[in-house]
Amino acid sequence: MRILINGLILFFILILTYLTSVFSKELIEEFPVPPPPFSEGIYPCSNCHASMDLNPKKRVLKDEHTNIQLHHAETLRWCLDCHYSKNRDKLRLYNGELIDFGRSYLLCGECHGNVFRDWKAGIHGKRQGYFIGGKRTYLLCVHCHDAHSPKFKGIKPEPPPLPPKVKRDVR
Amino acid sequence: MSQSLRETLKETWRFYRKTLRLVLTGSKEYYLWCFLLLSIMIVGFLCYLPQLQKGLITTNMKDQVVWGLYISNFTYLVGVAAAAVLLVVPAYIYQFGPIKEIVVLGELFAASSIIMALLFVIVDLGRVDRFWHMLPWIGKMNFPSSLLAWDVIVLNVYLLLNLIIPIYLLVKTYYGKEPNKKFIVPLILFSIPMAVTIHTVTAFLYNGLPARPFWNASILAPRFLASAFCSGPAIIIIVFQILREYTFIKVEDRALFKIAELMAYAMFLNLFFLISEMFKEYYSNTVHIASLKYLYEGLHGHNLLVPWIWVGTLMNLIAFILFLFPITRQRLSTLNIGCILIIAGVWIEKGPGLVIPGFVPDPLGEIYEYIPNFRELFISFGIWATGFLIFTILMKVAIPIASGEFSHSRYEKEKMS
Amino acid sequence: MTKEEKEALIARLEERYLKKYKKKFRVGIEEAIQNTLWGYGLDLSRCIGCRRCVYACVEENNCSREKPQSQWIRVIRLKKGSLINLEDSEHYYNPELVPEKEFLYIPVQCQQCENPPCVRVCPVHATWKEPDGLVVVDYNWCIGCRYCIAACPYRGRIFNWGEPNVPPEHWNTSVHYLGNRPRMRNVVDKCTFCIQRVRMGRYPACVEVCPTGSRKFGNLLDPNSEIRYVIQNKRTFRLKEDLNTEPKFYYFFEA
Repeated sequence: MRILINGLILFFILILTYLTSVFSKELIEEFPVPPPPFSEGIYPCSNCHASMDLNPKKRVLKDEHTNIQLHHAETLRWCLDCHYSKNRDKLRLYNGELIDFGRSYLLCGECHGNVFRDWKAGIHGKRQGYFIGGKRTYLLCVHCHDAHSPKFKGIKPEPPPLPPKVKRDVR
Repeated sequence: MSQSLRETLKETWRFYRKTLRLVLTGSKEYYLWCFLLLSIMIVGFLCYLPQLQKGLITTNMKDQVVWGLYISNFTYLVGVAAAAVLLVVPAYIYQFGPIKEIVVLGELFAASSIIMALLFVIVDLGRVDRFWHMLPWIGKMNFPSSLLAWDVIVLNVYLLLNLIIPIYLLVKTYYGKEPNKKFIVPLILFSIPMAVTIHTVTAFLYNGLPARPFWNASILAPRFLASAFCSGPAIIIIVFQILREYTFIKVEDRALFKIAELMAYAMFLNLFFLISEMFKEYYSNTVHIASLKYLYEGLHGHNLLVPWIWVGTLMNLIAFILFLFPITRQRLSTLNIGCILIIAGVWIEKGPGLVIPGFVPDPLGEIYEYIPNFRELFISFGIWATGFLIFTILMKVAIPIASGEFSHSRYEKEKMS
Repeated sequence: MTKEEKEALIARLEERYLKKYKKKFRVGIEEAIQNTLWGYGLDLSRCIGCRRCVYACVEENNCSREKPQSQWIRVIRLKKGSLINLEDSEHYYNPELVPEKEFLYIPVQCQQCENPPCVRVCPVHATWKEPDGLVVVDYNWCIGCRYCIAACPYRGRIFNWGEPNVPPEHWNTSVHYLGNRPRMRNVVDKCTFCIQRVRMGRYPACVEVCPTGSRKFGNLLDPNSEIRYVIQNKRTFRLKEDLNTEPKFYYFFEA
């Protein structure tokens, strides 16, 4: 009897492990991304923040992070809406769940649902590598968009083709 | 057996020798003319060599305008070739004097034009070394899908017809025999629809491309035919006058005037088709008008072809008026002016005026104002000179045969005695 | 051609290229993958007209750099408000920064038509549609008549007006027989959706380089492919649909 119960428990544990592994696989392997683009030496954030007092006031940052200009619905939002106040190495979703920076797309997806759906399908954002054989790679939203100022910045275009004769002959 | 074989060989040898002598001897004007043509040909050939070596990059054609002066000339010459044979019909109906001579002359003229047209295609080909890819059986011809394949076939059949018919007629005359009507008349009759065919197929070659709205108009083939009926006979009228000046072939003025009258009708149709096309484009005024606008009034400040096409149209119009009224039509001076106006006017309209605007603006809206460079010009002159030289030499041999001056030795002796 | 003939041909080509360009080329003869029909998507609301694709393509496909310059992708600029009438397009725009407020950009390359007018007009069968829908050219059979260029409504075909000019250190030696192998003067070439890449399951070079991810690619016959998602979920259109060429190149917008 005891053996049977032990066996059953073991069986359930096995199934549970299997299921978790499947789920985590889905969450991690479906979107294989390179590491988030941290500024050099900035992570882990807790190196500094762990010993600092919390100041939730909306203000211009003068001592640190001076390069960050918040242009992302800035009238509505402040750092701690996304960065978890008690552990700065994590991001916080609406429901209170804490996530790593490597899964920041979940946070972005909370507002940008349509874009998130396209991103998951491989439509928003760029794909590289092999599309047959599962080796296609994703990029995080923040690889292209600065989370604090997400609008795509203009770039210098590559040179135009050589016109067939002198410039005035072509448009 | 061996006796007759030796006789034949001797006769053939004599034929070649005499032909050579005929071609090599002539008046001072003849030498001058041939020398002029030969030097133009040599210049043209020297210009062609770098193009062969380095590629079409040595021309002014670009990705925006991929066909230029060569294909313009090709199109024009196909028309000329077609019309020369079509002249046979009125020659029969109206009894233009020496029918056989006119047929021979017309067909040899057509043959020379076709040779020129084919030469223009050859210089336009990027890979002349792969020309054989187009030949049926030896290569891989895309028949019946590609209109270019059709064109290669009909042009070559037409060339063959125009060589077989006059050569047969001349050989018969050479032997002092009457031609076998049962053999030759069907061929002559067949060459008439073939003349229409080569021109229609060439028109369809452009017509079938929806990518180029300027050509994608159903009026294109009728316009081709109508303008060909003007330019071809115009050249023939001038050739007739030169020939009757220097040879025994006597074409009456009456015949020339009749041809001019027919040309007036053809030019009327040509202008009418043009007006139809202009009305449709300008009244409906869709985006497809761009090429026509480029041709007739310039597009976004690009108007390289505008003076050309207006001069060409004006030439056609003046010629039409000259040929319409019997007073001007039946005077040689005004007739000849009309002919020259038509030759030039139709060349502009049917050559550069047809081919280049098809590419301007290009399918992505780019405008490149193509103008041939000197290489293209000289190569084209070289080909024209080649055609003239071929025609001159053909005439130099054909006319003495037709007149009976040059025939089989037996008949010659008979005639002497 | 049988398999043996093809292999002999490849060996011959590799030897010729070694002699001519002093490089060891790998000439692929990969056949079309079963049940594939390649389709392309391009998001016009996101393209910024930066021409990165043009130069990535030139590099990948061994296109002639200068004299003659040969580029398979042409990016045109249009005033916002127009889209279909390409007559007002600008080809030589060169501002400091893109995108510009008042313009939109349309990259155009071979649209790999299902009903390709260029194939129809070729007089010598030098160009054809492969089973996976790619329109390819046999550079050794083309006679250089340029009839296909006249027939193409998209300017998808480019002529090598002179001997192609590729700096020796820039040769991409991984080539396909029907794609980016070195060309000779006076033949036509064209975009093949990077046949040398896609038949091995890789994205085309232009897709990979696009900094805004505007370019999408996939198998039209696979319901889970990215291109099918685009067709299903976005509003797509194809250039000059009225010509009935049935392009497999879908332009689309965010929505």
